[in-house]
Amino acid sequence: MLGVILALLIVPFAAAVACATLPGPAAKRFAPAITVTSGVACFGLVLALLPAVAHRDLTYLSYLRVDALSEIFLLATGFLYAVVAIYTVGYAERQGHYPRYARRLYAGLNLFAWSMLAAPLMSSLALLWIAVEITTIVSALLVAIEDTDGAAEAAWKYVLIASAGLGLALLATVFAYFAGAQVLGEHYNLAIAPLIHVAARLPATPVRLAFLLALLGYGTKVGLFPVHTWLPDAHSEAPTPVSALLSGALLATSFYAILRYYEFTAAALGSGFPRDALLAFGVASLLLAALYVFGQRDIKRLLAYSSIEHMGILAIGVSFGAPVALAGVMLHVLAHAAAKANAFMGAGVFVVKYRTKQMATMRGALDLLPWSGPLFLLAIFALSALPPSGIFRSEFQIVAGGLASGNYAAAAVLVVLVTVAFFGLTTSTTRILFTPAPRSPSMINRAAAAPIDRGEPSAWMVGPAVAGIAVLFILGLHPPGELTGLISRAVAQLGAAR
Amino acid sequence: MDPTQAPGVYEGAANVIAAVMLLLEFGLLRQALARDQIRLYQAQSALISVLAIVIAADRNLPDLYVLAALSAALKVVAVPLVMRRLLGRTDPIEGEEAPGVAGSQTLSPASAVLAGIVLAAIGFFCFGALKIHGPAAPALALALAAAMVLVSFGLMIVRRDVASQAIGFFTLENAISLAALVVASGLPLILETAFLFDLLVAVVVFGMLIRAAHGRSESLSTADLTRLRG
Repeated sequence: MLGVILALLIVPFAAAVACATLPGPAAKRFAPAITVTSGVACFGLVLALLPAVAHRDLTYLSYLRVDALSEIFLLATGFLYAVVAIYTVGYAERQGHYPRYARRLYAGLNLFAWSMLAAPLMSSLALLWIAVEITTIVSALLVAIEDTDGAAEAAWKYVLIASAGLGLALLATVFAYFAGAQVLGEHYNLAIAPLIHVAARLPATPVRLAFLLALLGYGTKVGLFPVHTWLPDAHSEAPTPVSALLSGALLATSFYAILRYYEFTAAALGSGFPRDALLAFGVASLLLAALYVFGQRDIKRLLAYSSIEHMGILAIGVSFGAPVALAGVMLHVLAHAAAKANAFMGAGVFVVKYRTKQMATMRGALDLLPWSGPLFLLAIFALSALPPSGIFRSEFQIVAGGLASGNYAAAAVLVVLVTVAFFGLTTSTTRILFTPAPRSPSMINRAAAAPIDRGEPSAWMVGPAVAGIAVLFILGLHPPGELTGLISRAVAQLGAAR
Repeated sequence: MDPTQAPGVYEGAANVIAAVMLLLEFGLLRQALARDQIRLYQAQSALISVLAIVIAADRNLPDLYVLAALSAALKVVAVPLVMRRLLGRTDPIEGEEAPGVAGSQTLSPASAVLAGIVLAAIGFFCFGALKIHGPAAPALALALAAAMVLVSFGLMIVRRDVASQAIGFFTLENAISLAALVVASGLPLILETAFLFDLLVAVVVFGMLIRAAHGRSESLSTADLTRLRG
């Protein structure tokens, strides 16, 4: 298994280097192939880890560690890397004659995926911080890649806010080290397993401080209220493949970091304190997002606010603490990754088709886009937790866990706010899909010279969405046995910490 | 610490350096010229390296000499150099002093300093009350570092130009380094150098964005960056 883990760290990095250094004509020809191969290979590698991790934790070279919790997040990132790599082939060729742009996009995408795959593989809190910091740097450059006024503004906000947040996360790392050093001595390397092992003897105040700083610091990158402000800008201004990765994988990776802190904080202090903190941030984020989805005019901003909503649901789910809710959270990470990537990829097709991000000028999509229209509708329904999507199952489990643990008020608030967000999301998007396109070309879109023809821009941009819907149905109808086993192990890890 | 006992060399040095760094942070808060801000940042970074050397000598941690050298090379020499270059390129007229950032305050300097004092007091007393200290972690220096973190956030908030915001972020990094040194000086060197490397990459990103922001809106002000809201 060491070979698989090392390959996960080497393949995407090598792909990034290859895309960045190949001479011009070769890059144009091979960069898409390299990226797709790397993406699919990484998903295969992550799947290959699954049977082993479902039974035991893997630790190698003292720096690498894969347990059930990290495997869940690896699965989400690995799947997204594969579908987004395929989607990017279609996306990049629609962007016109931009050899430098395409090269940067491919290289950056591979490097971004590499950093997000590396984070859950790290055995220590310090290395985890470094990996998350690298994701910030790479993704900030990817947000700026479009080189428009909006992209520069979004990237600036993102760098400033996310870096400040990661500064707080670094302070959390420092206090976690301080707490651990009281028991394990000065020369321990912040490894997670020994820290949990001695958790009962850790001093309370530094642990508490470390958890709060981690929640606020990594929470900045998760998009929790009130430190979410960079998120809608970055998601809307980044190229669509990057938006899909940001929303489905990056937010989850940062949430993974919070879960690691949750794990040892709950072991040290009992789960009451971290659960209360998560509940407060989760409800506030969900409330904000459910209200903000109503006013959105930009399709990618709308989806960005939906991401904040789902991150709030994850935080609330963990705060319930019941095993069934925690299992729901794990499933939600996977289902949200698939659904949100699908929604962004569909939105990306609309943006290419209508040459605008404004939803008001997108009409008759169901008619004009015979594949992307229905697929987008399914993705939005999945995001709104309609059965039989995986999100229905996961949210059902989270609410059931809330009721089981006696959090009636929070569970009720969750159901109400999710319903509010459902209305916000579906009213805007069904207008795009079902309102027929106006007949006169000038009314469709003033930027477009000709009336919009019926048809898909690229098959590369449709195929990945079909895969995403398939995954959502599988997760919703009948999750594979090995995945269920993995989820119960991850739940035991988080729940056993109590 | 027993109040009747004089602090040791290490503890005394850590506390004095932390206090001076906090004062420099206030200097940044009222400074009107980007070049002078960079000079203050340089002084603050130099102090961090001095503290690393004191800790290395006092606690016999040879790793920290390397860290001090790296930190000085980056934060006293490289980062200020790059920042000056970037700002120099934005000179409106050849040979003129770099553009001031004086017009960028959202508060008058006096109010900004008052707000800074409030923030510093909150950080100082809250952290003091937590009573986190050990043989290697002087509580006073840690409380001062916490005050500095809050003031550097304040600096980023009250200024509306990208240069001051970048400097605010760099001093936030200094404040966190200070906290890391006094709380966790045994943190393995590889991590600390990764933090520094990370700062370097952050400078490159900031540099690109400072240039991009300037190229577009003809000024360093972020007041025009209002397209994305809601």
